[in-house]
Amino acid sequence: MIGELPAGLILVAAGLALPLVPRAARGAVTLLAPLIALAQLLWIGPGYSLEAEAFGFTLQVVRTDRLSLAFGYIFCIAAFLNALYAWHQRDGAEQPAALVYAGSAVAAVFAGDLLTLFVFWEASAIAAALIVWGGAGHRAYKAGMRYLAVQLASGMLLAAGAALRYADTGSLAFDYIGLATPAGALILLAVGIKCAFPLVHNWLQDAYPEASATGTVALSAFTTKLGIYALARAFPGTEMLIWIGATMTAFPIFYAVIENDLRRVLAYSLNNQLGFMVVGIGLGTDLGINGAVAHAFADILFKGLLFMSMGAVLLRTGTVNGTDLGGLYKSMPWTTAFCIVGAASISAFPLFSGFVTKSMIMTSAAQEGHHAIWLVLLFASAGVFHHAGIKIPFFAFFAHDSGIRCKEAPLPMLIAMALAAALCIGIGIYPAALYAILPAAVDYVPYTTSHVLAQLQLLVFSALAFSYLMRNGIYPPEMRSVNLDFDWVYRGLGRRAVQRAQATVSAMLRRGAVLREALHRRVVSLARRYHAPGTLLARTWPSGASALWMMLMLLALLLSGYLA
Amino acid sequence: MSTQKHYWLDRPENVARLYRGLWILGAMLALLDLVVQLHPETRFDGWPGFYALYGFFACVALVLAAKVLRRIVMRPEDYYDR
Repeated sequence: MIGELPAGLILVAAGLALPLVPRAARGAVTLLAPLIALAQLLWIGPGYSLEAEAFGFTLQVVRTDRLSLAFGYIFCIAAFLNALYAWHQRDGAEQPAALVYAGSAVAAVFAGDLLTLFVFWEASAIAAALIVWGGAGHRAYKAGMRYLAVQLASGMLLAAGAALRYADTGSLAFDYIGLATPAGALILLAVGIKCAFPLVHNWLQDAYPEASATGTVALSAFTTKLGIYALARAFPGTEMLIWIGATMTAFPIFYAVIENDLRRVLAYSLNNQLGFMVVGIGLGTDLGINGAVAHAFADILFKGLLFMSMGAVLLRTGTVNGTDLGGLYKSMPWTTAFCIVGAASISAFPLFSGFVTKSMIMTSAAQEGHHAIWLVLLFASAGVFHHAGIKIPFFAFFAHDSGIRCKEAPLPMLIAMALAAALCIGIGIYPAALYAILPAAVDYVPYTTSHVLAQLQLLVFSALAFSYLMRNGIYPPEMRSVNLDFDWVYRGLGRRAVQRAQATVSAMLRRGAVLREALHRRVVSLARRYHAPGTLLARTWPSGASALWMMLMLLALLLSGYLA
Repeated sequence: MSTQKHYWLDRPENVARLYRGLWILGAMLALLDLVVQLHPETRFDGWPGFYALYGFFACVALVLAAKVLRRIVMRPEDYYDR
């Protein structure tokens, strides 16, 4: 029976049923469901299709090929690691929501048509908002509302684009779409929101750091990579994406340098990593697309690992602010070590996963003659080591000793981090295993003397710059602050505009009320003046007086006749 | 913790030692450019010392620009909650 049920729905069903499962068995269910889904994907392989009739359409609910399978595998692995990491968390809505969220993302990846995609696109958004709200507190509530508003807007754009496309082509198939039609533009915008394109990126830095220690780990894996998958499916080789992606790699790192909340630093660096993938898809070459998919795969693991280490810090110390932390390596040596593995992977150190995936995208950019883009990507590579590779471990675990002495992370968290770290190193040492599941055949050798040396030089001198600036007091100190980003437009300016509009309207209403009151008084006083008892129009006139007036008028008429 | 443990990194001279070691490592890596056969991918990275200089100055520029950015965008922590 499980063989019939699509992999994504296995996870969704497990998530929905979880509250009914006895508390002692919940952990096992959250671990088993992703493994069963993964086993099913490995078993069915590419070329599988499952169709269903709904709403008068023939929907392709499952369509497997090499592109969707690569994302399906890593989503199941991430769901498993997240469940292990959140082992201690058996109550509340977060774990059921996390499974539904992961399942919706898996189902969306295997959707063969735009309608199925839309359904799971929205389902994943709603489940993710529940996870953000799991962060508790008014801040998480408000961030979750903003997150939901943005994600549902993306869904609306997707639905509108799908409807237009159906009107144009008579087909709902989700394949190459391109930018040639208005439908394509709408769908690109919908996907761009999920990928956190510049100016529509803030939901990411806004919402993810507000979730709980475990919630942020779950969130980091799916939504943005679903966007990357959809981009690779529908818009490969769209040149505009090269420029958008390059912008994404560069601008978030400036914010990451000055951000105090270390999970928000990671959210900015997630945005930067997405930029590399977007560039790879924009290049559209086999190497570029392979690089984007490989980097998405690697990023889910190393970014998840980094968020896990910060989650462990949050759990044990109650904060992830750089201003409050430091010296934690003494209390949490294992977490420190795993964090460093994640940091080395995202920084693309040789023998770690980022090295064998990011370089595919950079090499493809160079081969296609995009040398300026290549320079931007190289800048972003140095910068990512600077803010994620060094800053995160340094301010949390080293820097000045904050005096905090806490317990090491709980065992399930350590095991989850150890597995993620092992996968990061495994991919770095034996990239052929990852290359084997990429969409196109891979003809790329990451380990050449020249490449290893170049990367080591870049990283060591980036580290030297950090140490030099730090030791000479030039590096900006961590500060408690909010840094205005584009979300100021709706959280600051927009809110103020709404408040001002409200004030203006209510002032107008007040003024209107005053005017109405005055008009009312005037009408009443006029009526009193002429209609009140005894006044001009309310007087009773004797009939004799009328006869006299009549006579006088007739007399005047007679006189005028004579005179004329 | 009853007995205060002493860690190697607590001593400033050890940190200074690490810092010097990093410079020596960097210098050695940069000098390898003269020995190793380079395979440049673009018109820039064939120059000896390109990656070392780019890595260093890109990061210095990043930090200096971020300091300027902070002057423009930094607000009190409760800015959005007011």
